[in-house]
Amino acid sequence: MKEINSVGIVKSKTFKCSDPIKLSCGKTLDNYDLIYETYGKLNSAKDNAVLVCHALTGNQHVAGKYKKTDKYPGWWDNLVGPGKPLNTNKFFVIGVNNLGGNEGSTGPKSINTKTKKAWGANFPIITVEDWVKTQKALIDFLGIKKLSAVIGGSLGGMQALEWNLQFPNEVSNTVIIAAAPNLTAQNIAFNEVARQSIITDPDFNKGNFYLNKNKPKRGLRIARMLGHITYLSNDVMGSKFGRKIKNKNFLYNFETEFEIESYLNYQGDKFAKEFDANTYIRMTKALDYYDPTNKNKKKLSEVFKKIKSKFLVISFTSDWRFSPSRSKEMVKGLLDNNVEVSYAEITAASGHDAFLMSDVHYHEIIKSYFNKAFKSK
Amino acid sequence: MKNFNQKTRYDFSIIENWTHSNSKVLDLGCGDGGLLNYLKYRKNIKGFGIEKNPENWLLSLKNNIDVIQMDLEAGLAGFETKSFDLVILSRTIQSMRNVEDIIHEMLRVGKEVVITFPNFGYWKNRLQILQGYMPVSKELPFKWYDTPNVHLCTIHDFDSFCRKNKIKVKERLILTDKKSVNFYPNFFGAFALYKLVSK
Repeated sequence: MKEINSVGIVKSKTFKCSDPIKLSCGKTLDNYDLIYETYGKLNSAKDNAVLVCHALTGNQHVAGKYKKTDKYPGWWDNLVGPGKPLNTNKFFVIGVNNLGGNEGSTGPKSINTKTKKAWGANFPIITVEDWVKTQKALIDFLGIKKLSAVIGGSLGGMQALEWNLQFPNEVSNTVIIAAAPNLTAQNIAFNEVARQSIITDPDFNKGNFYLNKNKPKRGLRIARMLGHITYLSNDVMGSKFGRKIKNKNFLYNFETEFEIESYLNYQGDKFAKEFDANTYIRMTKALDYYDPTNKNKKKLSEVFKKIKSKFLVISFTSDWRFSPSRSKEMVKGLLDNNVEVSYAEITAASGHDAFLMSDVHYHEIIKSYFNKAFKSK
Repeated sequence: MKNFNQKTRYDFSIIENWTHSNSKVLDLGCGDGGLLNYLKYRKNIKGFGIEKNPENWLLSLKNNIDVIQMDLEAGLAGFETKSFDLVILSRTIQSMRNVEDIIHEMLRVGKEVVITFPNFGYWKNRLQILQGYMPVSKELPFKWYDTPNVHLCTIHDFDSFCRKNKIKVKERLILTDKKSVNFYPNFFGAFALYKLVSK
């Protein structure tokens, strides 16, 4: 594959934060690590920084490769790079693995310095609010007073929104893609099925499995398969797989028959090998808990009063997990507060996954918005 | 699609005269954002646009306009009552299906409303019909088979619509070739601009 406009070979760095953080759950972490990557150059005014917030299973590796032979580049490589929609010739882009992650940031599989053992089940549940606090600590560490922009899709969009609620003066532009101000019951339901599949896996052992030979792969696998079903639209699944079968004729047994089964099994296996079950169930909890309306006590219009940044909100027509109507709720709250907001509802077939794809119109929107943000800096 | 060459948009300056400085303006079907940009520049307004067409939406964004992609036919549910000083519907009403609904929605959301449309009663249109053809003109550039227009009206039609719906006409200007027409405007006027408020 020819690599154009790539940020090239990248390296992760670790930010060791020794300031304790009081978490939403009430517990305190005395210190923690965040693994992060940066692309492009921070200018002398330090006003060209863009923070990329990752979704459920994302990480700090947004763009580029660690070594030439890597099979895949970072998860948003189609968007981030020199001359790409989020142009690293202009912007200093930061990707960070959230607290509780499994890529090197302090998380369930890290060693608890007090017990000298892996945290496992004892690792606290981290919320979107906590993540934003720790991201702010990283931004401070990098000497950045105000982000030129914060951008995120799905759960990442929730973090981008939360930045505006906790640190309204520290962000100039916010890009929220395929997200929602909080989850619907249906969304929480999917998360619960995913969690139950992990928690009830005999190898999960209540979260303390790191020293065991068997890891809770079955649970993770099923959780991921379920996730993949919901990230796609019925139409795209139909056009991609339809009723295509692997063999010429039916086998009349429980081997993989249909290509969709094969796809889900492949995705499930791949994920179960790479991802930490404790991280996964915690990430889904962060999604479930996030609710700036505080159980509907406050309307978004009230909550958004403090917002000062400009906004770009994007949804995709076939995204039924984070549907356009949820984005419109945010847009309404922003409009009610005279926030400068643009909203695009992109016609796309791929469902929730569309936010990671490189649709021409979608990328042109992001590119235009960031051009505007760069000029008005 | 509209023609957005600013030189030909003589109606911009009239809408400008009807717009208060520093006001909050919503332009429905804002196209490339040309009108909002003009009003931003001339009247320092805070402008938002609504545009359904993806290409036009993108042009608006590139023109530095805050633009919301939605279908006007669904109403203005995302907008609070009286949250805008002025809501504009320029050269669009004739192509809308729910004309009554959108005008009521505009009057709900805006303190004042501007609506502009080509006058179907203009003598050149009438002449073409007398000759046996559907009118095609500068203001109505479409052939019968490719027109987006479904609700063409005359100035008389629009006046009686306002009377029936208890809408007060605050300003009315009828134009032909950029000049104001006062003599039999429904016959000699090609283009109509109205400023409306609820009674």
